[in-house]
Amino acid sequence: MRIPRVANMSRRDVIAAATACAAMGTLPVPAAAQPGGTERPVLTTVDMTVNGERRVVELDTRTSLLDAVREHLHLTGAKKGCDHGQCGACTMIVDGRRINSCLTLAVMHRGSTVTTIEGLGQPDHLHPMQAAFIEHDGYQCGFCTPGQICSGVAVLAEIKAGIPSHVTADLNAPMEASVDEIRERMSGNLCRCGAYSNIVEAMTEIAGRPA
Amino acid sequence: MKFDTPAGTNPIDRLVVVGKATDRIDGKYKTTGTAPYASDWHDPAARLAYGYVLGAGIAKGGIADMDIGRAKASPGVLAVVTAGNAGKVDRGAFYVARPLAGPDVDHYHQVVALVVAETFEQARAAAHLIHVSYVEDKGKFDLAAVPDKAPVPKPGEFGGPTETEQGDFEGAFAAAPVALDETYTTPDQTHAMMEPHATVAAWDDDRLTLWTSNQQLNWGIRDLAKTLGIPKANIRMHSPFIGGSFGGKGTILADAVMASLGARATGRPVKVALSRPLMANNTTHRPATIQRLRIGATRDGRITAIGHESWSGNIVDGRPEAATTSTRMLYAGPNRMTRLHLAHLDLPEGNAMRAPGEAPGMMALEIAMDEMAERLGIDPVEFRVVNDTQVDPGNPARPFSKRQLVECLRTGAARFGWDRRSAVPGQVRDGRWLVGLGMASAIRGAPVMKSAARVRLEGDGRVTVETDMTDVGTGSYTIIAQTAAEMTGLPLDRVVVRLGDSAFPESPGSGGQWGAASSTAGVYAACVKLREAVATRLGFNSADAVFEDGQVRSGNRTVPLAQAAAEGPVIGEDAIEFGDLSKTYALQTFGAHFVEVGVDADTGEVRVRRMLAVCASGRILNPKSARSQVIGGMTMGVGAALIEELAVDTRRGFFVNHDLATYEVPVHADIPHQEVIFLDEVDPVSSPLKAKGVGELGISGVAAAVANAIHNATGIRVRDYPITLDKLLPDLPGAA
Repeated sequence: MRIPRVANMSRRDVIAAATACAAMGTLPVPAAAQPGGTERPVLTTVDMTVNGERRVVELDTRTSLLDAVREHLHLTGAKKGCDHGQCGACTMIVDGRRINSCLTLAVMHRGSTVTTIEGLGQPDHLHPMQAAFIEHDGYQCGFCTPGQICSGVAVLAEIKAGIPSHVTADLNAPMEASVDEIRERMSGNLCRCGAYSNIVEAMTEIAGRPA
Repeated sequence: MKFDTPAGTNPIDRLVVVGKATDRIDGKYKTTGTAPYASDWHDPAARLAYGYVLGAGIAKGGIADMDIGRAKASPGVLAVVTAGNAGKVDRGAFYVARPLAGPDVDHYHQVVALVVAETFEQARAAAHLIHVSYVEDKGKFDLAAVPDKAPVPKPGEFGGPTETEQGDFEGAFAAAPVALDETYTTPDQTHAMMEPHATVAAWDDDRLTLWTSNQQLNWGIRDLAKTLGIPKANIRMHSPFIGGSFGGKGTILADAVMASLGARATGRPVKVALSRPLMANNTTHRPATIQRLRIGATRDGRITAIGHESWSGNIVDGRPEAATTSTRMLYAGPNRMTRLHLAHLDLPEGNAMRAPGEAPGMMALEIAMDEMAERLGIDPVEFRVVNDTQVDPGNPARPFSKRQLVECLRTGAARFGWDRRSAVPGQVRDGRWLVGLGMASAIRGAPVMKSAARVRLEGDGRVTVETDMTDVGTGSYTIIAQTAAEMTGLPLDRVVVRLGDSAFPESPGSGGQWGAASSTAGVYAACVKLREAVATRLGFNSADAVFEDGQVRSGNRTVPLAQAAAEGPVIGEDAIEFGDLSKTYALQTFGAHFVEVGVDADTGEVRVRRMLAVCASGRILNPKSARSQVIGGMTMGVGAALIEELAVDTRRGFFVNHDLATYEVPVHADIPHQEVIFLDEVDPVSSPLKAKGVGELGISGVAAAVANAIHNATGIRVRDYPITLDKLLPDLPGAA
């Protein structure tokens, strides 16, 4: 089953919902809580396609998508920079859209198709965006880089799909990957080393390439 | 190898590899998510357990009682570590705050407990069931309330003298025909590196191994050994990749200590990452300052008196923020005075953050220079040129090894179109924007420290370099590879660099802008040893052997380099040790920052439109990564100018905005295209590579250049950072 997404649902609500579903019998029923302590974790099976491979893992329903991928699938490219949606280092592409994987529970992504930085390219077979980041030195410490690159690839796809942003002046005009559009759309991906100027150049180069 | 005379010509001067703009050799790992940071470590066989830190809910006082029963009874919980069961826990030497609270609490979010459990989710949930009863003491949290009682501390290991005087400052200032006496404030700032402090610790009998995030492994080992009371030789640290640090990971912090204690309590490897909201109050920060600048000058703009006093606060044994550092060196003037005052505060520990001393000091000094130029009716660039000095103004017998400040200023002014700046502020409009130009000088010390390395030539013709140097995003991997390639005559792709393992020869690590010059000099020394060993194996005279194109040549004889290792690897290991050159000469790096801003005439919103830095910083080993260092500093400087401020709750004693939504750092939308120019320079006094660092030069002066541009745009002089809208709004002209 899929747990429906509810607008404005807080993480606490989501945890409650997941637990409630478990109690209805569609998932293993939790054993009685120990005296004084937390309740026993509710475990559930999550089945996702990650980087083109079907992955089935048994997870605590409290596990974020980020932690599921990092700690259970051992794909550690996506980073935990803040764990509450303020930095973008955990960005993954899920069902074609970029998301902060720390802000969503793995159990909400049964059946989802997830692309992480490892799925875009490998050291000996780089995605063009990865190669452009190297060429333009679009990183320094590298910690935000997987998120920047996943976001960068998705941003160019959003622009190509005609999805407007806060700085889009004319909704009827053909949308272009201008530096203003790139800067606006990338502003959820923080880089404390300050590689922004170079990241924009890397993305501009890729955006200018014929498809 | 001793380095006590200026470098002559050596193999580095061939510049086949060194000095070329080079893609980072670790780039393919960083861009594919395969570079292993501390919290990425995993070993399926190791049964990793997870630790979750609970931070103190008060700033000063004690723990009256702590109930850990419910946490311990929670599923999956393996241990709850507190001061009550951790054994003796000391503190380090570079950061002096105690890592674990109890019975006393010294600062907000100091660790009170670590819960270790089978999973992260279990540890986190259980940590929230710990009940702590505190006894709260009254603390001192407000710097502005204590300056009168702040003494001048004795000078320590860092930051230089706390008090200096040459000539008769007070007399000369009083007699100066044109004078300025203004006070400036800079706020507490947090490093906000993208990677939270994180450690995986594992014990094997009495030996402790850490995968951690630490800029300076030698200090990390020293401080962890002291903290845990174990021999340094029993600790090994791995920090191959570090997700940003900026002085905030200069040695071990609570994550390393608590992971070690958690692993000891459970007999399992334990991973501890500080949660983002803990970082600002649990770890160190750049302390706030109050700075008084007094400058006196003749009517033609020659400085006759310059005085700089700074007040900052810290915990017991903490250092003052050395904000007067640049003022001792930057401009001429016979009558001088600097003084650092240190107040006791019960906030978290203040310590190094990118260009400690210079960055906040120049935020004040370089506004004061702009104000002084305005009072004199002299262009701000010319005012700085007039007051250039080629000798240490505090010790005229000591020349600068290289000082191209004037060339930086002139080059920058020409390149930026400074002649288009209106000397009268508030004159240039672009629609709703008031447009202004600002500039500032930049100066930052170029220290060098002893650094060792080992290089090994294998039979396949590859050279491997090993040193415990770190790469915090600076590009160490690549400049070290370039150095070894140049010295051995190999192409870059035949060099392997292994860093960040404390088992490797000791370097000073990354800090104080000393990393690049020191670590490459250590690699140079090891390569000299390797060249001698190769020459001996091949029967060459090492003095005249030429290493080029993968071959060794002497006279008419040429042999492939790899042949030297045919019978087994050839190893060169050495350290560079620096003599007294930095006493004979003042070793500094110089620059000039130019900024154009637009200020919304109605709302006061500031947008940085253009930025240029011109740097003179010795030989630039890799212009590509060096440029990134500088634009990174420029970006952090924009943050310092416009948005960054840890808000102090002076009642409860903590930084309120302790996450990335409320402590604002620059984002993509805040930063324009940035330009950097490196002047041609070699500094043979600095190192055999004639190189100096740039990473901290890049931030020094930037915030003041932004502030001066805002003044030029609006006529409003803000002396209280950050320059937020509320400080501009009352005096804005509004839309015409």
